[in-house]
Amino acid sequence: MQKPGKTPKPTATPLENPMIASDRVPANVSGEPLNEDQIWQLLQEVKDPEVPAVSVVELGVVRKLSWQDQQLVVDVTPTYSGCPATDLIEELIAEALMQGGIRNPKIKRVLTPAWTTDWITPEGREKLRKFGIAPPQGSASKMSLLGHDEQITCPHCGSKHTEQVSEFGSTACKALYRCTDCLEPFDYFKCI
Amino acid sequence: MTKALTQQQALQEYLLRLADSNLIISQRLCELCGKAPAVEEEMALMNVALDLVGQARNWYEYAADLDEAKRDADTLAFRRDAHDYRNLLLTEQPNGDYAETMARQFYFDVWHYFTLLSLIDAPDERIAGIAAKALKEVTYHLRRSSAWVKRLGDGTEESHQRMEVAVESLWRFTGELITPDQVELDLAAKGLAPNPEQLAADWKGMVKEVLTEATLSLQDDDAWMHLGSKKGIHTEHLGLILAEMQFLQRAYPDAKTW
Repeated sequence: MQKPGKTPKPTATPLENPMIASDRVPANVSGEPLNEDQIWQLLQEVKDPEVPAVSVVELGVVRKLSWQDQQLVVDVTPTYSGCPATDLIEELIAEALMQGGIRNPKIKRVLTPAWTTDWITPEGREKLRKFGIAPPQGSASKMSLLGHDEQITCPHCGSKHTEQVSEFGSTACKALYRCTDCLEPFDYFKCI
Repeated sequence: MTKALTQQQALQEYLLRLADSNLIISQRLCELCGKAPAVEEEMALMNVALDLVGQARNWYEYAADLDEAKRDADTLAFRRDAHDYRNLLLTEQPNGDYAETMARQFYFDVWHYFTLLSLIDAPDERIAGIAAKALKEVTYHLRRSSAWVKRLGDGTEESHQRMEVAVESLWRFTGELITPDQVELDLAAKGLAPNPEQLAADWKGMVKEVLTEATLSLQDDDAWMHLGSKKGIHTEHLGLILAEMQFLQRAYPDAKTW
């Protein structure tokens, strides 16, 4: 309950880095169609809603751009079968493309080949680390069934003295770790 | 004697078995939301459940594309009755204590892992694609559930005792994991379902290995087993699960109005 006579200070300030991709993409008013490089650049503005530090391009979920007649087709591969962000990511991509002046883009969900953390770009990995998420280490193809991931580096202090707290973290794609040197907990982006 | 199924009907039947098993065990795990013994376990269980419901959706969507009555994936999941469900009896068993939850998950994960491992080579691109995606996730599930069987089995006196009870009481539902019916035999001959002998050998081998390491008693391979889910004959639990899970869709069709 608000006390009478006191007006709350406005707290809503414009975000420096708005979540909605279409707010970051300038409207294409020139009417000039975008070329492929420009479209990739535009998609760079679409962030993963659950890990907003990285774009859908850096995460490797946008696989291919192609044209069918006059329609742009974007192949998108979900990270996990049950990823609840899949539908949202597809909508955000379509929205950003339309903002960029591309009419009626088609988002095609592609399951094969299955997404792998090997597709996260080097820039994406660095951004994850800066965001406080340890990027996947090693190659997914070498993951053993009952073995364990190699020693994970703490994204905060760089120490290799870390231990797993849980196989799953805040989302299916992450595991929960703790650094035994700086004692900070952190998420590890699992290698799959 | 029932009429022989066409290949399309047989394939749809098998896809529904995979989808239903995933959905029902996922629904069981979700019952633990807000009640798991530790916050890390809760996150893990919900993430496993999420993976499984995503995989179920992929299988339902394929089954819907093969459906002669043109039902969509949601209709298949939420408008069928218990006798139409084809989930493994194991998946509908109650959560019980944490030993039972993890023992059920372990028996299921071993079956799931080897089933998917076989399906990634299926001569049907869509099946192979869904399986390849799911296999990555299920590898993690199996790592986790087998670690829990070992930790509780080779743990304190009480955790050992509870895990011993869990692996034994759920054993009678494991027979149908590795007992194929005619539908599965026919599909296996075409590479669209796992080779039954291989699946049985792999399943038994890994279960023995983990139970041994967990210092638990090995179970009797010749024990009497409940079979029935492949004909729609379920334990008393499924009806109650569906009553809860399908309530919204049945009371407010497709929840289209709020």
